[in-house]
Amino acid sequence: MGEYTTQELISIFAMQGFAGISLFSVLLLMALGLAIIFGQMGVINMAHGEFMAVGAYTTYLVSVLSEQYFPSFVPYYFIFAILLSFFIAGALGYLAEFALIRHLYKRPLDTLLATWGLSLIMQQAFRSIFGAREVSPTLPEWLLGSYQPTETIDIPLNGLFVLGLTLVVTIGVFILMYRSSWGLRVRATVQNRVMSGAVGINTKKIDRLTFALGCGIAGIAGAAFTTIASTGPTTGSLYIVDTFMVVVFGGAGSLLGTIVSAFSIAQGQSILEFFISGSMAKVITLLSIVIFLMMRPEGLFASKVRK
Amino acid sequence: MKSKFLLSKWRNVLGVALGVTMAANLNIATAAGANTTGLAVTDKEVTVGILHSLTGTMAISETGAQEAEKLAIKQINESGGILGRQIKIIQEDGASDWPTFAEKSRKLLVKDKVAAVFGCWTSASRKAALPVFEKENGLLYYPTFYEGLEQSKNVIYTGQEATQQILAGLDWVKKEKKAKTFYLIGSDYIWPRTSMKIARKHIEKVLGGKVVGEEYKPLGNTQFGSTINKIRLKKPDVIYAAVVGGSNVAWFKQLKAAGITSKKQTLLTISVTEDEVLGIGGENLEGFYSIMKYFQSQDNPNNKKFVKAFKEMWGDDSVIGDVTQAAYLGPWLWKAAVERAGSFDVDKVVAESEKGDIELKTAPEGYVKLHKNHHLWSKARVAKWKKDGQAEVVFTSDLIEPDPFPKGYQ
Amino acid sequence: MNFIQERLLGGKNGMIGIAILAALIFIILPATLDLFRLNLVGKYLTYAFAAVSLVLLWGYGGILSLGQGVFFGLGGYAMAMFLKLEASDPESTKIQSTPGIPDFMDWNQLTELPWFWEPFSSFGFTTLAVILVPGIFAFIIGYSMFKRRVGGVYFAIITQIIALILTVLIVGQQGYTGGINGITDLKTLNGWDIRDDSSKYILYFVNAILLFGVIFLSRYVLTSKFGRLLLAMKDKEDRVRFSGYDVSNFKIFVFVLSAMIAAIGGAMFTLQVGFMSPSFVGIVPSIEMVIFAAVGGRMSLIGVVYGTLLVNFGKTMFSETFPEFWLFLMGGLFIAVVMYFPNGLAGLWDKHGYKLTNCIKNLQCVNVAKAFIDSKRKTKVDVAND
Repeated sequence: MGEYTTQELISIFAMQGFAGISLFSVLLLMALGLAIIFGQMGVINMAHGEFMAVGAYTTYLVSVLSEQYFPSFVPYYFIFAILLSFFIAGALGYLAEFALIRHLYKRPLDTLLATWGLSLIMQQAFRSIFGAREVSPTLPEWLLGSYQPTETIDIPLNGLFVLGLTLVVTIGVFILMYRSSWGLRVRATVQNRVMSGAVGINTKKIDRLTFALGCGIAGIAGAAFTTIASTGPTTGSLYIVDTFMVVVFGGAGSLLGTIVSAFSIAQGQSILEFFISGSMAKVITLLSIVIFLMMRPEGLFASKVRK
Repeated sequence: MKSKFLLSKWRNVLGVALGVTMAANLNIATAAGANTTGLAVTDKEVTVGILHSLTGTMAISETGAQEAEKLAIKQINESGGILGRQIKIIQEDGASDWPTFAEKSRKLLVKDKVAAVFGCWTSASRKAALPVFEKENGLLYYPTFYEGLEQSKNVIYTGQEATQQILAGLDWVKKEKKAKTFYLIGSDYIWPRTSMKIARKHIEKVLGGKVVGEEYKPLGNTQFGSTINKIRLKKPDVIYAAVVGGSNVAWFKQLKAAGITSKKQTLLTISVTEDEVLGIGGENLEGFYSIMKYFQSQDNPNNKKFVKAFKEMWGDDSVIGDVTQAAYLGPWLWKAAVERAGSFDVDKVVAESEKGDIELKTAPEGYVKLHKNHHLWSKARVAKWKKDGQAEVVFTSDLIEPDPFPKGYQ
Repeated sequence: MNFIQERLLGGKNGMIGIAILAALIFIILPATLDLFRLNLVGKYLTYAFAAVSLVLLWGYGGILSLGQGVFFGLGGYAMAMFLKLEASDPESTKIQSTPGIPDFMDWNQLTELPWFWEPFSSFGFTTLAVILVPGIFAFIIGYSMFKRRVGGVYFAIITQIIALILTVLIVGQQGYTGGINGITDLKTLNGWDIRDDSSKYILYFVNAILLFGVIFLSRYVLTSKFGRLLLAMKDKEDRVRFSGYDVSNFKIFVFVLSAMIAAIGGAMFTLQVGFMSPSFVGIVPSIEMVIFAAVGGRMSLIGVVYGTLLVNFGKTMFSETFPEFWLFLMGGLFIAVVMYFPNGLAGLWDKHGYKLTNCIKNLQCVNVAKAFIDSKRKTKVDVAND
């Protein structure tokens, strides 16, 4: 390493740290919605990735429309697109819960199959509507390029943006779940459905809104990902395993666990990737998680919910 | 535009459905000499197959190829067909699934008795279908640039094999950019690995340069943060990339976001055509270089005609990449060989093709000639990407002889 | 005789079911389909092994594995390795830099056969490996998970991650595995050309016989005391445990058995299709196998065979004519099966099938049908007169 100056090494170290944090925010944003749906409600939503794709396609659509009709709106459309993604994915989630999920609460493994079917239908719908080609929205100028605190450090702006968004969404979810009366009802329903019903909580409505919220957050994640990657009909299926892994590794039912899990997987993987070639880094990360889960099936943070 | 596209797609589907039923009812007559092996050839018609993925993950890439093949066949039919016969297409869907490619190849060859098949895209699909073509003695025109290391009697390769694509580009970057150090990065499968192997040998032995890093990412990977940092640490003169599919988009977006742009860094890729740029976005690629044999912006009369006809048939917003153009050559090469053989028999067509002097002076890429080894003589071109998603050719090589089993590079 | 009837064939009703299926697979399909379609059926029937294995594991055991593709793939790869070595004799690989090793190794600068490939030049070893390698692998996974009482959803997700790991590994280690292209261009089995028309017929029947063997074996297991314990475990695991049984051992056993069954399917797949690739190991094929079982009826050994055939035929037919609709239909099918027919085709048959049998018994339907045909004829005549 003699050929590098200390400053260069520090810069690389800083940027590598940021690469890990950036991956962390991506994983966390993906997993938050599922942590609510799977962790809190126990629903295995295999279509979670497709709800993310809904968000991504919404963003693409808003980008195309604003370019065509309101060119002056282009610098700001992204914020609007994120909100819209949340509502559209949430609304679709609401519908899916109503038509599908609510009939299957007692059969968790069957929700897996049904939502897999749903994901196939959604993939084909994307293909029929948007075509088979991958698309990406035109990003506003302020999302492109990098921030340079010193001469040798480049921090990607899109990474910073996703990080910020993740923070906002995470804090929002925490406030909603642990500081609002609605969150109290959700948690009560999760812990004891019958009792919650008895004290006057409309558990069916709670279920539907919780599911919709989870899907909405997936939509936000999808919108945010358009800044790093492209969107195709099968994009969602790329993310689904990673997403489940984060939630299970963290311990289903524990939001804090999800955060810690996303952080450790991200740092582990990005450090490994720095030293080993890409494919093997992935294999080692996955394998460590599997072995860890075999040792400690309840994940990092065991949930205190009685089954 | 979208609805029009969908409509035309529907028409295809109907056309295919009709084609299938018609093939079943056809009274297959055998004209003397033109068809002695029981192919689906009548006095008025000859049937061929098109086999690409219409569904699944590969549909994105394969759309252009099958559109080009249909265009070529339409043009051949309009100019009187082959040996006085109109070409009829039976289209099958490979569904991005390799056994399906094998299965559908067998259907096309055994049930439909097609005289030739234009199709396959990935190496995996070709490898799956190849034993079927060899067993049933069919004829496949394969359009994609690929890793080489293969030469089958039953396949004509209209894309470049690895050395044709790689070597000239590396020579150019060495000469033009005084490049000495290279960082190789690709998706983890056979084509990038073989291409990089050849590139490394050439860099180290012929150019006297140095490979400072070589890395393969899993297919579908969208995280390049650590890789980009490694590149920063190694400071290569040239990044040499063969990343494919969705990863490609993530790779270029993240490069740009990390501040690695063409202003500071030379990047040469062998996996980006006009098709990919649609997804990546011209602004993320601006100033980087691709090596291909064909670019849509190429300025010659053949290409102008081709681009115009393609857009008339498939819509103004369609783009044409390297593979699309190579796919377009397939039916024309077949026509030339059949006409010289005076027969649709696979053996006779192959024998003519193997004489090594079938030329296409009307090829959009300029001029190609079929080599004895079933590959094409073609030129390599280096082009610089512009913001609008088109590329400007900055270097054209001489005509390069195809060499699927390059000595010294294995 | 009684033993066979009760334990292997599943009583009187079971016998009728098996007889119908046997007639379909051994007589009707070979007699009516051309070789091309029959070969397809043969390929589908290899998936039926995996579906049958899921009846044991999921239907009766209540353990959903999303990694059956792993075992199917391991079995298939074991067979493919043998066939590839046979196809790579020094004579036919003489253009390589190192003749006598598989072509993809040569392309990846391997100069000698890796140690774990060596034993696969023996057919005896390969036959054992087809069953034992997946079996041992399943034992390791099963032991470490079930002993710690990992079950249900967690098990499903972990098996899914394992499927992903194996795919990435196979693709990444292409010098040893053939990478994404898989192991292709397989020609002969101990000198016998597996690509000939006659071989294809023979392989079809061998495959079918093995499938029936596996069905009988599964039925034997399920009708034993073990089978009843399995069912009891699925419904009230704790009670079985408190009755003094070691639940985890049963689970490990059924998981290993199902892995071996799926692996046989994989080996037969390689023989009939002529190659093996990572695309049969991954997540999607694994889930599709679950779908076959769900459509056929997860509790019915016979039903899942029909389920497998139906879904695959649907896939081939629809993707030939209406590729765009296929995914909509497939997705809809999953949802419909889960929501309305949780017992799949077999459930439908149990519910409505007896009407048909009764009908045949009483010959009522003959009269009904006659009346129906007459009425049709009449309307036709009427139309013609107009």
